[in-house]
Amino acid sequence: MSTSDSNSNNDKFAINAEKLSKDFGALTAVSALDLQVEKQTIYGFLGPNGSGKTTAIRLLTGLLKPTSGQVNVLGCHLPQEANKLRLKIGYMTQKFSLYDDLTVKENLQFISRIYGLTANEQKARLSELLSTHQLTQQSKQLAGSMSGGQKQRLALAAAVIHRPKLLFLDEPTSAVDPQNRREFWEQLFDLCDQGTTILVSTHYMDEAERCHKLAILENGIKRADDSPQALMNNMAAQVVEVAANNLRHIKDNLIKLPQVISAAQLGTHLRVLVSKNESQPIALLQQQPCLKLTDKLAIVRPSLEDVFVSCTGQGVV
Amino acid sequence: MKTSLLRIQAIVIKELLQLSRDKMTFGMVIMIPLVQLLLFAFAINTNVRNIPVGVVDHSQTSLSRVLQQTVSATGIITFTHSYHSVKAAQAAIDSSEVRAVLIIPADVSQRLVRHPSVGFGLPPSSKQETSRPVAQWLVDGSDTVIAGAIKGLRNMPLAELLDKPANRNTPTFEVTLLYNPEQRSVVNIVPGLVAVILTMTMIMFTSAAIVREQERGNMEMLITTPLASLELMIGKIFPYIFIGIIQVSIILGLGYWLFDVPFNGGLAQLAVATLLFICASLVLGLVISTIAKSQLQSMQMTVFILLPSILLSGFMFPYEGMPLPAQYIAEALPATHFIRLVRGVVLRDVAILEMSFDMLWLIGFTCFGLLVAALRFKKTLD
Repeated sequence: MSTSDSNSNNDKFAINAEKLSKDFGALTAVSALDLQVEKQTIYGFLGPNGSGKTTAIRLLTGLLKPTSGQVNVLGCHLPQEANKLRLKIGYMTQKFSLYDDLTVKENLQFISRIYGLTANEQKARLSELLSTHQLTQQSKQLAGSMSGGQKQRLALAAAVIHRPKLLFLDEPTSAVDPQNRREFWEQLFDLCDQGTTILVSTHYMDEAERCHKLAILENGIKRADDSPQALMNNMAAQVVEVAANNLRHIKDNLIKLPQVISAAQLGTHLRVLVSKNESQPIALLQQQPCLKLTDKLAIVRPSLEDVFVSCTGQGVV
Repeated sequence: MKTSLLRIQAIVIKELLQLSRDKMTFGMVIMIPLVQLLLFAFAINTNVRNIPVGVVDHSQTSLSRVLQQTVSATGIITFTHSYHSVKAAQAAIDSSEVRAVLIIPADVSQRLVRHPSVGFGLPPSSKQETSRPVAQWLVDGSDTVIAGAIKGLRNMPLAELLDKPANRNTPTFEVTLLYNPEQRSVVNIVPGLVAVILTMTMIMFTSAAIVREQERGNMEMLITTPLASLELMIGKIFPYIFIGIIQVSIILGLGYWLFDVPFNGGLAQLAVATLLFICASLVLGLVISTIAKSQLQSMQMTVFILLPSILLSGFMFPYEGMPLPAQYIAEALPATHFIRLVRGVVLRDVAILEMSFDMLWLIGFTCFGLLVAALRFKKTLD
């Protein structure tokens, strides 16, 4: 790659990683990860627990040194320029990591001093953040006594106090209810609209679906990456929905077929993923003795969960 | 540089806020020096007095009773029990009823008149019985301090027993006791207590400092910020310097007003020596904090440092009396150097510059420790 190429890439991408790997002893947590995150987008890491999401984020923030591979984040080469990068990024940890025995305001003041805001900047920025994140009323409350949703809003406010160009969120909504989650994502889109690039890791499908682009991780390997829509369209399987009685029995029989990738029950239906190589999926399933002719079969639109299952090769769910 | 100071300031303010919310710790800052000073200053006494002892009086004469009175007049022992036989007396020592027994033989009066200290001149050495001691002590020798005190009675003068003028021999040496002529233990203990209490509280506070951030999950956030590890270390120890100064003021102030500990040296000298020791102790705590994985572990390591700081530093026993390897260990402890400095300044008004070795040692220890702590505390996680 020529210099001019990489420069233009660095202008376009907030994160540019090539063949990024990290070993912990015998365990490979992240394996040859190629990653390009466009500026001003929300990029998602979707994967089960232990799939390397947190390790990947720590590599990209410069907290961990990669075993091999190249990383460029916001024009900083890692790990050499990790200290320079730290002023430009925000990081919201998986667990609430602000001080429980300080008030909301004291926590924010602490972080703003750490990032070197002057007293005047601090005052204006704090009142702005408190109102944006609906924490004005709680500003004198101890952080430890707040609800999950309030804590999460505080953590986000603290992570963006220095207006980072790039924001890392590690499973940000694991401790909050759906209503708070919705509001939280509204905040993220506002930030994105103001020019922030956001990288968020999650194991919730609905959350992943909100991202502009998505990488599916499993065992430290990137299985797929694209926009959620494209992932669903280009899925290597077709989804057949079966409505019948005795679904548990049917499922046990169908998953024995080599063409069937997985089968999962959703209430009164069975969702069967059939390999794309099979041109007549309905006919194939209909032939099975466990299904009656009266049973209804239909090809339906794939969901992100179907994509996830077909990519990660977990097979039977 | 300016942002670096701002970051240190942020940590200091945060620590002070957290400390002010932690009422228990805040109370300990005052109570630990107060209670320990009162306790130790009253309790620790190396001059043994009023040891409970028994007597077996085979003679039962007025002379034997006068002998008992003379011995108890020294104040070192108190006769609490009387036994009829040596066997019963020994059983009493076995059961810790008394620490020693005075056995007065039946022929005590004959022995006494022939005793050289009574003043009839030296008897001829051929007559063995004339040089026999007047009576015998049976002592529980397991406690060397008590045994030593009673051994001190061996040569007590007996002349006044016989209404003769005290026959004072000219001593071989004349002894002049400087700095503590009344030989009060408290004069030596109070300045030493400064070292022990500071060792305890200072190391305890900071040894938990980094571990606590890790245990509560705050470290994960701190490492993503531009905060450098040295800034974190300095910010962490700074508030405790003031706490250390408060504690020193309590101990020395009470020592001066309550126990009449003389205050011979200059305040500035004392402040410099104390600051150096506080910094050295805080840094030692930080090093522990980067090694320990939990607050419990850091507490155990604090005790591991605290015990030798009490026993080997010269606080309890004279440094010079210890075997060489123990002296080397003591030499490595900041408390040893500080005890020398503080006793020198408070009791003897020595200029600290004359004890520059101890000063330099504390400075070196602080710098080295801070470096070790900052290096050990890794900014990256791998």
